[in-house]
Amino acid sequence: MAERQLFGRAHLAENILHFARVLRKAGLPVGPAKVIAALEAVEAVGVDKREDFRAALESVLIERHEQQVLFDQAFELFWRNPHLLERMLQLLLPKIYGRVPPAEAEAPLPSRLAEAMAPAPRAPSIEAQEQEVDLDATLTFSSREVLQTKDFETMTVAELAQVKLMIARLRLPLPELPTRRTRPAERGTTVDLRATLRAMASARGAVVPLAWRRRRSRRPPLVVLCDISGSMDRYARMLLFFLHAITNDRDRVHTLLFGTRLTNITRHLRQRDVDVATARVSAAVSDWAGGTRIGACLAEFNRRWSRRLLGQGAIVLLITDGLDSDVGDGLSLEMERLGKSCRRLIWLNPLLRYEHFEARPAGIRAMLPYVDEFLPVHNLESLTQLTAALTSTSARHATRGRVNAERFAA
Amino acid sequence: MPSSLLPDSVDAVVALLERYDYFADRRLATSVFLALKMRRPLFLEGEAGVGKTEIAKVLARALSRSLVRLQCYEGLDTASAVYEWNYPRQMIEIRLTEAEGKVDREALATNIFSERFLIRRPILQALQPDDGVAPVLLIDELDRTDEPFEAYLLEVLAEYQVTIPELGAIKAASPPIVIITSNRTREIHDAIKRRCLYHWVDFPNAERELAIVRRKVPGVDARLSREVVAFTQRLRAMDLFKSPGIAETLDWAEALVALDRMSLDPETVADTLGALLKYQDDIGAITPQIAAQLVAQARTEAQTAVEARV
Repeated sequence: MAERQLFGRAHLAENILHFARVLRKAGLPVGPAKVIAALEAVEAVGVDKREDFRAALESVLIERHEQQVLFDQAFELFWRNPHLLERMLQLLLPKIYGRVPPAEAEAPLPSRLAEAMAPAPRAPSIEAQEQEVDLDATLTFSSREVLQTKDFETMTVAELAQVKLMIARLRLPLPELPTRRTRPAERGTTVDLRATLRAMASARGAVVPLAWRRRRSRRPPLVVLCDISGSMDRYARMLLFFLHAITNDRDRVHTLLFGTRLTNITRHLRQRDVDVATARVSAAVSDWAGGTRIGACLAEFNRRWSRRLLGQGAIVLLITDGLDSDVGDGLSLEMERLGKSCRRLIWLNPLLRYEHFEARPAGIRAMLPYVDEFLPVHNLESLTQLTAALTSTSARHATRGRVNAERFAA
Repeated sequence: MPSSLLPDSVDAVVALLERYDYFADRRLATSVFLALKMRRPLFLEGEAGVGKTEIAKVLARALSRSLVRLQCYEGLDTASAVYEWNYPRQMIEIRLTEAEGKVDREALATNIFSERFLIRRPILQALQPDDGVAPVLLIDELDRTDEPFEAYLLEVLAEYQVTIPELGAIKAASPPIVIITSNRTREIHDAIKRRCLYHWVDFPNAERELAIVRRKVPGVDARLSREVVAFTQRLRAMDLFKSPGIAETLDWAEALVALDRMSLDPETVADTLGALLKYQDDIGAITPQIAAQLVAQARTEAQTAVEARV
């Protein structure tokens, strides 16, 4: 076989090392431990059969099904001619980097600088939080009041920057759900036998107070589906900052954007820096401010993502104005499925800012019956209201929400 | 553990699994071979019903090891997965010692937290097998647990040991063969995957599926089996919410055998589709016309395959 002539043992090791480096450059998480494992695997399987050799490298170097495509391409290219691939990567790289600078330049720096210079302590202790609130009140009280009721759509760039800052400080107190795990507690629900017995063993027959445990609670996963079509454009950008803030505030948040197609941007939002994160998102999403195909996008979500993301009692935030360009029977079917596969479905609609809003458009009427909660989301105040809605945890609230939604639909 | 008993090449693994009615494709066989050779856990991910759990069972039988199975669920904790102290016995022990009147606190504390009072759960059983032969440890549907349990597994998977605060670390004399499966209802943390060999178990191709159906469903007609496989393969190419796995194909073939069918026809398909598709939307998508079309295609395909062999 060709590979055999191409390299002896030392040569093979070097090539595998090279291959690992290429994969790393292409974005696969291949650390030194994996390279060693790969060498070991190849040694075990041998290089007589190309297929086995490939399967061996694959089982060591891949971690997710999605990485398969990248691996396949890299393998085909590399093990034909190692140098070809590297040259191609080099050709590709400048283009990839070329995208980032303009996006960064676009980001309004002053607000972030200001934030950096005002040393608001970020420690989560109660005292620190109080301090932070005080600082807010003295420095930005007046402008905050104005901004709180101002529509995102009618704001100047400077005001936008300020809102961005406020949103970044917004915390999302999702209701905690009881889990099956327990923790030691002063007054609990079950006896902690282990701790009690340990105490008994050293008590010399004296009476020992029981140690207790109680259920631990935990915030459920949150899945955000955000519309970025033309009519939602201005809000969507604002909401992106909001999404970035909550993604970095807690675990198990998944964010998908949709216009004409669905894009998962969770990984991009994990970037700590808000401007880098939004720049990455803009680069990853190709259908900003275009048309809307809510039905089709929800269908894609239900098919490709729902089973992977809605597993553990997730709450879904659906952010859209519900103005769909092609409303078919599909939309209400997909909404029904979405509503049934999550713990709670909360619809945030910026159109609710109009006092005499009526659920006229066909898209909105198709979606409303399956929503647990229907809230406005056009300014800061509404975001605060959202926070309150998320805090109400019980199922009773959910039904009330449904009734509320029905009232709108009528 | 005599490692000489383990298969020494990928071909040997393929042959061994086949002897125990498991038809693995070469890539899966390579992963299994490496897992045995490199003594690493094998992480299998894929759709439901493609034979992930089965491989652990077959491996246990083929290598004549016992199978220790840990079914995961939300809230799975160390008390039900690893070990638990036998509290009633401990309590009696304390009372007895007190009744004897000579209470040495230190000795009592170490005494009641000794191995005698330990109840072994699957993971500890796998690390300290009764018969001394390292078993096959199947950690099934890991995606159903929560992250804390995953984190706990890290020590088990990397070092083949567990740490019990009162006793210290318990390490396996010879590491068990670990198979982890996941249906991907959520993403498993990279730290777990990094310690394992990863394999995505795909749907089998027509040829392999045919072999599986013929081996697993005794009494299935040669022609019917071809048609069944051709039909299922075509279904998988369609845009369904949940494509049928091998388990479903086998169920369906068994149902058809029970109904004494020798060949597919649209009515039978409509009546028995529930064995193959488990979502109402999917069943609704297979209208009588589509069913008839699929049956016709499957029959011609089966026919040509038979003729090609003649």
